[in-house]
Order: sequence, then C-alpha cells, then structure tokens
Amino acid sequence: MDLSYTPEQQTFRAEVRHWLEAHVPAHPLEHFDATRAGFEAHRQWEATLKSGDWGMVTWPKEYGGRGLDLIQWLIFEEEYYRAGAPGRVNQNGVFLLGPTLMEFGTHEQKQRFLPPMASGEEIWAQAWSEPQAGSDLAGVRATAMRDGDDYVLNGHKIWSSRAVFADWAFGLFREPGSERHKGMSLIFFKLDQPGVTRNPIRKINGHVGFAEIFLEDVRVPAFNRLGDEGQGWHICMATAGFERGLMLRSPARYQVAAAALADLWQARKDTADPVLEADVVRAFMNAEAYALNIYQTASRLIAGAKIGPEASTNKIFWSEMDIHLHQTALAILGTEAELLPPAGQHDWLDDYIFALAGPIYAGSNEIQRNIIAERMLGLPR
Amino acid sequence: MDFTLNDEQQMFAETATTLFGDTCTPDHWRKMMEAGTAFDPDRWAQIVENGFTLLMLPESAGGLGLTELDFALIAQAAGYVALPEPLVESAGIAVPMLAALAPDHALLADPSAIIAIAPSANPVVASADVASAILLEKDGHAFLATPDKVTLTPVATIDPLRRVFRVDWNPANAQDLGPADWTLATDRAAVFAAAQGLGLAQRSVDLAVTYAKDRQQFGKPIGSYQAVKHHLASAQVAIEFARPVVLAAAASVGQQDVYSRARASHARTAALEAADKAARASIQVHGAMGYSWEVDVHLFLKRALALTGSWGTPAFHRARVATRLFNRPAGPDQTFAREA
Ligand SMILES: Cc1cc2nc3c(=O)[nH]c(=O)nc-3n(C[C@H](O)[C@H](O)[C@H](O)COP(=O)(O)OP(=O)(O)OC[C@H]3O[C@@H](n4cnc5c(N)ncnc54)[C@H](O)[C@@H]3O)c2cc1C
Repeated sequence: MDLSYTPEQQTFRAEVRHWLEAHVPAHPLEHFDATRAGFEAHRQWEATLKSGDWGMVTWPKEYGGRGLDLIQWLIFEEEYYRAGAPGRVNQNGVFLLGPTLMEFGTHEQKQRFLPPMASGEEIWAQAWSEPQAGSDLAGVRATAMRDGDDYVLNGHKIWSSRAVFADWAFGLFREPGSERHKGMSLIFFKLDQPGVTRNPIRKINGHVGFAEIFLEDVRVPAFNRLGDEGQGWHICMATAGFERGLMLRSPARYQVAAAALADLWQARKDTADPVLEADVVRAFMNAEAYALNIYQTASRLIAGAKIGPEASTNKIFWSEMDIHLHQTALAILGTEAELLPPAGQHDWLDDYIFALAGPIYAGSNEIQRNIIAERMLGLPR
Repeated sequence: MDFTLNDEQQMFAETATTLFGDTCTPDHWRKMMEAGTAFDPDRWAQIVENGFTLLMLPESAGGLGLTELDFALIAQAAGYVALPEPLVESAGIAVPMLAALAPDHALLADPSAIIAIAPSANPVVASADVASAILLEKDGHAFLATPDKVTLTPVATIDPLRRVFRVDWNPANAQDLGPADWTLATDRAAVFAAAQGLGLAQRSVDLAVTYAKDRQQFGKPIGSYQAVKHHLASAQVAIEFARPVVLAAAASVGQQDVYSRARASHARTAALEAADKAARASIQVHGAMGYSWEVDVHLFLKRALALTGSWGTPAFHRARVATRLFNRPAGPDQTFAREA
C-alpha cells in the first residue's frame, strides 16, 4: 500500500489541470437534457475534449484514447470535476458501452464505433428498459429477427436517457420465441433511421431527459451486434458491473459537492440549525469513503481482479450519500430551499431532484440489495 | 498510488485469523464467561509466540518494527472473535508509546508483558488486573506504575469479555516518563478500534447469514425473504465503505497531521457505526434467539458499544474531522493530502 502519487501521476495531474484551465468554458453550458442547443453545445465540448485527446483516457491510442490506467483515469476525473467542466453528454457511450465494447467487440467494431464516441460525433443512448421490463430486465419483449446479414428490430423501449437528441442507441433484443435470459442480443441502431420513433418524456425537473422509443421493422446489419448471438444478457451484466462498480459515478463528483456543502455551511452557520454541522461532516466523510473505495477497486483491477457483485454496494452507497448531501444543503438553505436559484448559482435544488433518481436507475437499490444478499452473502433466492 | 496489501501483510493477518478462530470459539467464550474471566493465559502465550506483541515495537528495541497497517489487520481479526485479551491496547498502543519514551525499559524486553494504558479520556482502564504495568496520562505526561502501586477498583461493564477498572494513583508512586504523544496514541487507538469494528461487523453479518440460511418459517429459510436480506445487505454496504477508510487511515497514521488525524477519526466513526448497525441487524434477523444470551451476537453488539465510548467520544472524533474539513482545502485533489 502506497497512498501517494508518483511523480508521473503528479505531472499528469498538472497537465490535465493546465489543459482544462485553458479550455473549460467560462460560463456553464445550457443543460444537455433541456434543449437541442444545450445538447449540441455539449457535443461541441466533447469535440474540444477530443482535440486534447481527453475523450476517454483509458482507451488504447488507436481507438481515440491515451492508453492510461484507472488511477490516471481517477486523476483525470478529479481534475475534471474540480475545474467545473461540462457534464459528459456521451457518458452512456464512453463510460458504459465503451468498456463493454473494449471487452466484447471485434477489432472492426472497435475501430468503427470507439473513435466517433470519443469525439462526440456519435452520442449514445442506452435502450434496455421497456414498459413491461424494468427491474426484471429479462422480461424484454423487443425482438431482433435475423434476415440474412441483417437484423430486423421491433419493439418499444422506454426511459432511454439522452435518446431525445442522441444519434445511436445500444438496445437489448431477443430472438422471437426465446424466453427470459436466453436468446438475447445487444444490438446498436441509429435513432434517426427509418422505423424509429422517439417521444420525449419529461422528468420531474421538467427537462426532456429521457425518451420512449418505438421500433418498427428497423433494419440493421449484423455487424451492429456486440458479442455472439444470444450472449446479450451476459454482456449487459458486464456493462452493469462497470456502471455500478466504477465508471458511472466518479467520486470526484461527490467530493466537489461535499466541499461546496462545507462552504455553504460556513457561509450560513450563524443562522442555520447547529445540528446540521454533523451532517455536513458526514457528507464529507461519505464522499471520502467513496473515493477511497474506488481507489481500492481501481488498484484491485490494475492488479488483475474483476468487478464482482460488490459493485452493487457502490451503487447503493453513492445514491444514498447523494440524497443525504443534498438534503443537508436544502436544510441549511432553510426558508429559501424551495426558491429556484438565479442563473449561474449552485443549483442545490435541481441536484437534489436529480439525486432522487439515483436509487432507481442503473438497477434499483432494492434489486442491488437482493444481489448483495444473494451473490455476496450467499442467501437463498 | 497502490491500495493493495502485500503478501506478507496478508499472511500475517491469516495467521492471526487462524489462531483466533481456533482458540476463540463460542465454546471458549462460554467457558470464560462462566469462569468470570476475560483472560486466557494459553491463548496469550500463543499470541506472544506468533510475534503479535512485537509488531509495533521498533527493531532497535527487539521488535518487528512493522506499521499500523500491519497491526490493523491483526486488530480486525481480533474483532472478528471479540478477542478478550488486551492485545490491541498493550501491543498496539502502549508498547509503541513506552518504546518512544523509554526504549531501554526492561518491560519491552519481555514480549509477554502486558502494559495497560489509561488516557485521561477514559474513565476506566481495561485488563489492568493482568498487566505488568500501567501507562497513565497526567498533564500530557505519561507515568508508568506497577499494579501494586495503584488502587484498582473493578467496575461492572456490559461486555462480559472485558474487565475494566477505575485506577486511583499518586504520581509520587509512579515513574514520570515525561511529555508523551497522547495524540498519536489516540490516532492508533482510533484506527485499531476501527479495525476491530470491521471484524465485529463482519462477524455479526456472518452469524446472521448462517442462521438465516438454516432457520425456516412459512416453509422457507428466512434468508429467502427480502426484508431479511435487505437488513444484512445494508450492513454489508456499511462495512464495504468503512474498510478502505480504515486501511487508508492505518497507512497514514505516521503522517501525524491534521489529515491523518481526521482520517483516523473518520475510520473509527464509520467502522464502529457499521459494527453497531450490523450487530443490531443480526439480532433482528435471529429473532428472539438473537435476544438470548445463548446466541453470541450480543458479544459483538457489546464490544462495539464499549469501543465507541473509549479513546474519545463520537463527538470528539467528529470534531477532528470538522477541523480538517473547515480549515484545509477540501475537494477531489485533496483525498491523499498531507501537511507539507
Ligand atoms: C433518471 C433515469 C434514467 C434512466 N435511464 C435509462 C436509460 O438510459 N436506459 C434504460 O434502459 N433505462 C433507463 N432508466 C430506467 C431504469 O433502468 C428503470 O427505471 C429501473 O430499472 C427500474 O425499472 P422500473 O422503473 O420499471 O421500476 P419497476 O421495476 O417497476 O420497480 C418499481 C419498484 O418496485 C421495486 N421492485 C421491483 N422488483 C422488485 C423485486 N424483485 N424486489 C424488490 N423490489 C422490487 C423497485 O425497486 C422499485 O422500487 C432510467 C430511469 C431513470 C429514473
């Protein structure tokens, strides 16, 4: 165990910081879920990131990355959040599909899909959930019928984040007649291609953050299938492991929020309820604990370990800590908690509302607790 | 940057786990409780034989000169069996303090000698009856006294595997070792209490898992019910997010700055809260069995309770985290910060 950064890691941090200082937009961009303009501004930012080769630092150079390890990825993320850089509109691509493509994709698929993902030319949505298949994802009904070198896709997907404005989606489909975990495949389709209809759905903050997608005889080449036919469930679970265990939520995000909470407390403690200091300290400890846990995970993965069911503990921890942190902020704001802040000011309220989704998406926390109990602790199903 | 334990550390910890697991079984606990003792000379002899009492003693004084991290792994194994003997207090906290103040002291040459330690924060001192000497805090100094030079009054405690005493003493009858680093001792105590807390918590969960697989109600094992599963899953989450803090805290005690002190206090807070949460979940999962003396879960609840009040209250340790948070920069680039 050595909890200090090497000189190379320190140089790397300085390099990231320097680049971000020169490139992060001076004014916050409009939210990518709010309007097409906001979405495109974020796409532009992804291109800027790519111009510095910062699209996804862990990918090999040939696919648009820098071939760095997970500790360097963490350092990059720390600097990224510290700099207040824009949210990653392509996070479904770079953080979820990307690692999965890296593991299961062919060389040709990686060459085709990763570089435009890293540059934001192609922005991805995840199309797994269906009206009848939420927590019980093995209940998906959307079908992929093989037709020569193509698949013909049909079905109804829902809650697909970013899908309103995104370019591509990776969806879960089944061979007609197959049941449950068998016969599923992970297949990519373009969101603007014939047969695809997407209807925006407004989230509780009013943004059109996700969409439902109808697919009617949508034809895609078999090249768009990731992994073997019928291997879709297995691949989805690998993606979900990355999502929950490591990449979806950077520790830095919560450390920045916890530091801002400490500032909020310092500014308001003369009038706020004194018992809240304990919650401010707890929010800080939680963010630190999450960071240390992720550093430990990164070290383990570098040493050759694989992500296992303990990924489910992460998802519960960050989602619950996020809610606690923002509840504390609103409690400090007290009588002003309900007021929408002036543009450009820290929006504790919107972040709180977003935090409430945490226990639902990426597999609800109830499902995560089932996974921990059954696969980590070995309790019967 | 590397967060993994090396082979040597893992081997040492495994040795401790095996030794404690073999000698500190539910049968042993029962026998000790019936006999009204909290010290097993045979086990202590084996602990000494394995070198665990020499871990934190510098090599120059004949010890192994290992670190807080190495010792924390042993402390975690001790927590897993609610070890009655004062290994942590003596070898983890008192020995390195005495070695810093009086490296040539004769007591340090005897690896089986138990040194009790009485910081002013604690109203009682554990295992003073079996100690060769007691380190006592007064005005920042450390005084060393043999048990016959002080008055020990046993005080009843809820933890049946811990013996605690009030100490009445006169500095004139004790050896003044001069100003001592009680803050460093507090850091070590916090980290090792935290490590024990991890062990306590995991044992509580493991006991409940075993029971829940076996116990049937409504024709099924109770462990198949989600309400039961979720209690234990929540406890496991608390453990998973205390463990890396404990390891990081143990690895940074030597920094001796505002950051390492905050991390030690954070570790203690998180791990003892996890121990409490896990013990209560375990009792609930055991039903009335969990409420009975016959089932061992209560030992883990009680030890967590005992540790939570010693070497500083939760409020004291929260204040140490607050001092770091409000007086130094916080944020994602500060996770491993240290005083320049
Ligand atoms: C903000 C947001 C973004 C999302 N983005 C995407 C996306 O990009 N792509 C995508 O495919 N999906 C996305 N989703 C959908 C998400 O994955 C699902 O909401 C989630 O899997 C839960 O499914 P459901 O909503 O149908 O709830 P249900 O499965 O109907 O669950 C309802 C409630 O019942 C509980 N429950 C269900 N089954 C069990 C059980 N066996 N044991 C205990 N409790 C149970 C759940 O925990 C939940 O509390 C998103 C959701 C949100 C809120």
